[in-house]
Order: sequence, then structure tokens, then C-alpha cells
Amino acid sequence: MTENAAPTNMGSTITQVPNPEPGTVDMMVNMGPQHPATHGVFRMELRVDGEQIQDLVPHIGYLHRGSEKLCEHELYSQIITLFDRLDYVSNFNNELVIVSAVEKLMDVAPPPRAELIRIIMCEFNRIASHLLFYGTFAIDMGAITPLLYNFRDREKIQALFESVSGARMMHNYFRVGGVKEDVADDFESRSLALCNELEYGIDETDRLLTENEIFLERTSGIGVISGEDALDWGLSGPVLRASGVPYDVRVEEPYSRYDELDFGIPVGSAGDCWDRFYVRILEARESVSIIRQAIALMEPGDTMAQIRRIARPPAGEVYAHCENPRGDLGVYIVSEGGDRPYRLKVRPPSFCNLQALRDLTVGHYIADAVVILGTLDIVLGEVDR
Amino acid sequence: MLSGLRGLGVTLRGALRPKVTFEYPKEHLPVDNRFMGFPALTWDVARDEPYCTGCMVCVRYCPTQCMSAKMQDNEKFSEGVSHRKKIIESFEINLGRCILCGICVDVCNFDAIEMSLEHERSERLRNANRVDLPTLLDMGRVYQVEVGWKQSKPNAASPNERAAAKAAGEEAKAFEESVVEPSDPDDSVNTAEETGEDAA
Repeated sequence: MTENAAPTNMGSTITQVPNPEPGTVDMMVNMGPQHPATHGVFRMELRVDGEQIQDLVPHIGYLHRGSEKLCEHELYSQIITLFDRLDYVSNFNNELVIVSAVEKLMDVAPPPRAELIRIIMCEFNRIASHLLFYGTFAIDMGAITPLLYNFRDREKIQALFESVSGARMMHNYFRVGGVKEDVADDFESRSLALCNELEYGIDETDRLLTENEIFLERTSGIGVISGEDALDWGLSGPVLRASGVPYDVRVEEPYSRYDELDFGIPVGSAGDCWDRFYVRILEARESVSIIRQAIALMEPGDTMAQIRRIARPPAGEVYAHCENPRGDLGVYIVSEGGDRPYRLKVRPPSFCNLQALRDLTVGHYIADAVVILGTLDIVLGEVDR
Repeated sequence: MLSGLRGLGVTLRGALRPKVTFEYPKEHLPVDNRFMGFPALTWDVARDEPYCTGCMVCVRYCPTQCMSAKMQDNEKFSEGVSHRKKIIESFEINLGRCILCGICVDVCNFDAIEMSLEHERSERLRNANRVDLPTLLDMGRVYQVEVGWKQSKPNAASPNERAAAKAAGEEAKAFEESVVEPSDPDDSVNTAEETGEDAA
């Protein structure tokens, strides 16, 4: 680090700071917003010494749509469609958060069958999201085959989603008080068959990439963050668990019917890129086991609670959070008793995880910045909202 | 040498696996019957008119304000053929704005709008995605045939049917009276004849 290092708060850019006295300055490199490795529209301003990163300033907001403000003008049933579009690779998990927040405010309990359908859908979506992570992460490092393997398996999950909700990505399937409609008759057998296929697919991915020598060189010891630092930054999800902190909302504050299910929380030890990668593989395996247990618990019954068509929660405030594939997604609603929220705040896990990017990256090479950003697994739709 | 052979083995195994891809423009993946494509308006075959009465509930609930509707008096109601006092006059959906959420289908009280299976729309004109009532009804007819669509609520009786039912009810009532009062055979026979003439 040179003496004339620029301040690195989010608002300012490194390049704008004038050099106080003549001398050698480091080179500035812009990564993004059209860089393929940023998984969306994200810009990193890097100050590099040779290939080593000295400083990094992230620039976000290219995908800002004002979702939170939009929510203030929408009915609660319409807000679900906006939440589908926050983290657009784990739509069911997003829907679950807003739906459970409104249910908490209204003090409504969905029928047990609806809760299980929600859990199964969310866990399938978690697998789909993690599969997409493996693929794109491998692409970032120049491996193309894992992407094809994982899209093959993700396609099967999306075909199941289509048979349940009618859509492959933007489902709008969860409702305040239940789900839109019951699943088809062949849902259970189809899900179990899919579980077997996914288990095989995950194993195959694991064999393909995890122990690969080049992959290990690229990931182990890169972007290390300790458990304490991770907690201080407010990280959550696989990024936090890779540093050895066994924090999972599904276990710490069980929502829905997760307390009836038996599953483990995979944790890493080193907190490097390899751990963050492998925790996700293990998590996908746990999700398969959760789905099997949930299907075993399923009993015929209603899928919608008896409530009015327009949700009108009483005046009050509520915070609900759920474990998203990316971490702890929270929703804070202030209601004045109408059919629309007075204020709605989202706590996006991708945004919070992104905060640690500078600390993780400084001192590594440019090529590693791509890998580190890949393991944080951000979705810009959620970061910018 | 050995690792090279092993690599060839992996390649061979991969080559012999069943393929999972579709050659898209030539082949199309089948979609599920629940698939939510673009919204379409359904056609009431029994009454030979759309189900939609233009009540605007879907327009009000649409999160993207992609549709507009206008209602008119139903001529078939005044003729006594249909039970719908009002019927849709014009309906427009901007399919470029529609986000396929299915809320309109949820809120509709008359089974009038459904998410069709149509999902591949590419048009040459800029405003070709603003579809009007005839197009929506055509899409609906295709959808109804494709999935063997059935309405969830049966139609109410039209004025003519109500009148017929009323007449039938009177006939039945008269018949009952005739059964209850056998002591006066002439009257009962007359009543039955009269109702018979009415029905004819």
C-alpha cells in the first residue's frame, strides 16, 4: 500500500483523488459492468500493482429498480411478484420470506400440507441455485464442462417447478395463507425420482471438480476470512458457514416446519474459496435429504387457509427472515392496517456478503478477484433491488 | 498411456449416454398443462359468447397494468338466451408488459381468463404484442381444446331457461295438486291439459 492510498468508501472512486506529489502511481483497472465474471451488472474499480490488487471499490446500483418503494404501492398479493424478481435464481425462497412475514403480521398459519409443499419447493430451489453456482463458478475459472452438467440437472428441477407452479422461474406460487393450488397427483413419485437423479448429478459434479489439482490451486488459500471477521461483516449463508460458524436460520430460528426435519449444517474450516465452494455441494446433498423427509411427512389436506382474498394485516411492524441459498434474507414490514405496506425493507444477503469483497480481495491477483466474487455468489437483482 | 485410455473410456461413456438436449427450432419441449403462458379469454360454447363480462377485476388487480377492458349490455340477455346482463365489448392486453404472474386468473369470478400454453410470440410490428379481444378469444379457444378445459363453476340459468324451469315447476305443482285431490277428477284433468298446451 502506498502512502497516497485513496479512501475506499463506497461513494468515492479511487481515480478522482488527485495525486498530491509527483511519483509513481498504481494502475487503475475497471472490471465490469459488462464483465462476464461479475454475474450481472457490477463494477469493481481495482488499483493494481502489476497483477496484484492493492485496493478495490465496488460500484453497485446498475440494476436498481426501486423494488422497496414499489412495494409501498402494491397489494400484498402483488408484492410476491416483485419478490420473485429480487434473487432471480431462488424465487421460491424469496416468496417464502414475504409470505411468512405477512402471515406473521396477520397471525395466520398455513395448513400443514402447504407448509411442506413450500419446504420442498424451497429446497429444490436451493439445489437449483447451488447448481447454477457450481456451473458459473467453474466458468469463471475456465472450466466449461461443469456448467453443462449442472444445467442438465437444473433443467429437471425447473421441469418439476413447471408442473407445480406453471412457471420455470417467476412462479408467483406462494400465497399469504398457503399456496396457489395443490400439487399434481404424481408429484411425490416425481420428486423422489428427481431426488435420486440429483444425488447422482451432485456426486458427478463433486467428482468432476472438487479434487481437481488446478481447481485446488485456484481456490484453496484464496480469499480467506475468519469466523469472527465474517460475523463482523454481517456475512450469512454458505459464505459464513465456510468460515466455521454453524449459523443457519433454519436451525437457529426454525420457521415453517423445519423443526420437524432432521438435517445437518455443513461448515468449512479454513474460510477460503474452496470451503465456500464445497459447503454448497454438501448443502445441496442435505437439501435432497430434507426433501425426502418432507415428502414422507406429506398428508392430504387443504393447501390454503381460510382468509380473505385481499390480505389486510393489522397495523404493526414485523420482521421475518429465512435461509436463502445466499444467506439470511429478511423482510421488515411496517403496516398501517391497509392492504398495502407503509414501508417495506429487505435485508438482502448478497448485498451484505458483498461488503467483505474488499477485505477478501486485497493482496490477491486479478484472476483471483473473479474467483472470490464467484464464491460470494451474488445476484445483482438482490444487491441493487 | 493408461490414463489416456481411461480418458478415452470416459469420452466413450459420455458418447453412449442418452442425450438431454433438444434441437430447439426443430423440436419443442412439451409444456405441462399447468404451464402459465400468455393470458387468453375463454369461450362459452353453450351460450356461444365469451365468459368475460368486462367486470374489470383483473384490470384492477394486475400488478403491471397491462390490460384494459370495456363492458356493454348483452343482447343475448335481452333475447333471453344468456344469463349475462353485461358482456365484454373490447379487451386489450399488452403482452409485452404482462409478467405472466397469473393473478388475473386467480381473481376472475367467471372463469373468463386463463393462462394459455402460448409462450412463443415473436412479432414483426412494434405494437403487435397489444392483442385485442378476437385474438385473445382465439388464443383461448386453442387453449380450451389443448387442455380439455372445463369451467369450474356451472353457468347460471338464462332468462329463457328460468322461464322454462318456472313453467316446468308449475306443471309439476299442478300435477301434485292433481294427485292430492283425486276426489275432483274433472278439474285435475283440465289443469293437466292446460299446462300441456302452455308447454307446447
